[in-house]
Amino acid sequence: MSDNQLTEFIERYLDGSMTAEERVQFELLRKNDAAVESKVTEHIKFIGLLKQYGERLELENRLNAIHNEIDVHALKEEVMIHPVWIVRMWRNHHSKISVAASIAIFGVLTILILTGKLNNDKSKYQQLSEKINNMEKTVAQIGHGRTPVKPKITRTPANFRGTGFALTSNGYLATDYHVIKNADSVYVQNAAGESFHAKVIYTEPQYDLAILQINDPSFKNLGPIPYNVKRAEGDLGESVYTLGYPADNMVYGGGYLASAANYSGDTTEYVISVPVNPGNSGGPLLDEKGNVIGVITARQTQVAGAYFAKKSTYLLKAIQNIPTDSLSKTLNLNTKNKLAGLSRTQQSSKLKNYVFMVKVYNQ
Amino acid sequence: MNKDLKASAPTDSEIVLGILNNSEIVLKRLYTTYFPMILQLIINNNGDEDDAKDIYQEAIIVLYNKIKAGDFELNSKLKTYIYSVCRRLWLKRLSQMNRYGGDIRDFEEHLPVEEEIDNHNDRDIQFGKMESALQLLGEPCKTIMEDFYIKNRSMQEICERFGYTNADNAKTQKYKCLQRLKKLFFQQK
Repeated sequence: MSDNQLTEFIERYLDGSMTAEERVQFELLRKNDAAVESKVTEHIKFIGLLKQYGERLELENRLNAIHNEIDVHALKEEVMIHPVWIVRMWRNHHSKISVAASIAIFGVLTILILTGKLNNDKSKYQQLSEKINNMEKTVAQIGHGRTPVKPKITRTPANFRGTGFALTSNGYLATDYHVIKNADSVYVQNAAGESFHAKVIYTEPQYDLAILQINDPSFKNLGPIPYNVKRAEGDLGESVYTLGYPADNMVYGGGYLASAANYSGDTTEYVISVPVNPGNSGGPLLDEKGNVIGVITARQTQVAGAYFAKKSTYLLKAIQNIPTDSLSKTLNLNTKNKLAGLSRTQQSSKLKNYVFMVKVYNQ
Repeated sequence: MNKDLKASAPTDSEIVLGILNNSEIVLKRLYTTYFPMILQLIINNNGDEDDAKDIYQEAIIVLYNKIKAGDFELNSKLKTYIYSVCRRLWLKRLSQMNRYGGDIRDFEEHLPVEEEIDNHNDRDIQFGKMESALQLLGEPCKTIMEDFYIKNRSMQEICERFGYTNADNAKTQKYKCLQRLKKLFFQQK
């Protein structure tokens, strides 16, 4: 019996078109021949699958027809959750945004490192010598030292101004190094408006200190210095004041001693809360009794009201370090304080003869 | 959302009865009632409207077959059942496409339906084989098979359609075609 015949038998058996006799015979065949039996089972399964496949296709067509009647676009708008634009932007572009941010951070850091802003506290630090000339010229001169000045720039009476104070009656003065650095000539002017030529005899740039000597023939002895330079450190909260020349006339500034070390941890300087301005640099910082406890140096540009004064100990060290052959006269510091019992106003009026405006000329 | 659609939502037993009775209207109401829910699920989870259509139709077919097979018990809401099946199918699809980010934004409660989807997948594989076997079979065999076994047309009709001079020739042709179809089907891995 060929396959085709067998298949025909199976189909006729299944659709019930066999005669009763054929049916009995076929059932007997199924029972006795396992191969026939398995063919029958396989055929039933296969045709079943084929029919189901057809049904599936038909169902899919029906569903598609239904689907085509739905306005999917309108529905989509309705059910879409619209995140806020920033979330959407982040989802769509977060990798790009991250890369851009990394580059930006890297760039900023690079610039900061290259320009030295990261590790340099001096950016926060403004030294207080007054710039008398216009900014451009001053910057050019500080920046380039002795670079020749272009002829069109007119010569002005002083390029730079600070304050200094007498150490001895015979004309030794203390001021800041940054006031007199790059100076071609230095003049000091007293409260009465008289100017004297002075020369720089010693500097300690690391402590921003300089010692001047008045070497002008018209200079007369100052008379005994009323204050002394204190060796011990001042106390926190102690009332302090300074006199100086931020303007053309002497200016008094009072406040208190805020810290024994500046913000970058430099213990050579006090932090003081005394209003000072450019021009106060080099002025004396005095305590209530009229002892000099420091020298005004700079102000912190980022903290309002914080200024700095070099501790007097460093001034004393600087004086000791002056080579003896630089000294044409004796430099004996006054050790007797004559201001102790006086009021602040009396102290100031006595002091003013010993505080000088330092005028610096350079090319 | 979709208040008017929900208001006219057919009850679950209406749907089961309707499908058992081959009601086209009930099938349509079933389809339109829950499609927005699935569209919402898919498009808010990295899919588009075509994905939603595929997934939803697959879920409707699973449900349809389950009801037809008579083993659908109304112990959960139809809505939850459809949502769960779609959710499962979509997660599977997402991981196949490597678009699955590890979480899914859910809109409804859901049940575990893994087993049913596995059964469904097995059957889909069989259908896939059948489809490609029919393609390989070529004409006129393909149409003869479809006409006779799927569309239940009589041999007489098929004879006339293909111009066979007598029914015996047609029958022989049909059996040859069936043999080849079986062979092609079982050859596939």
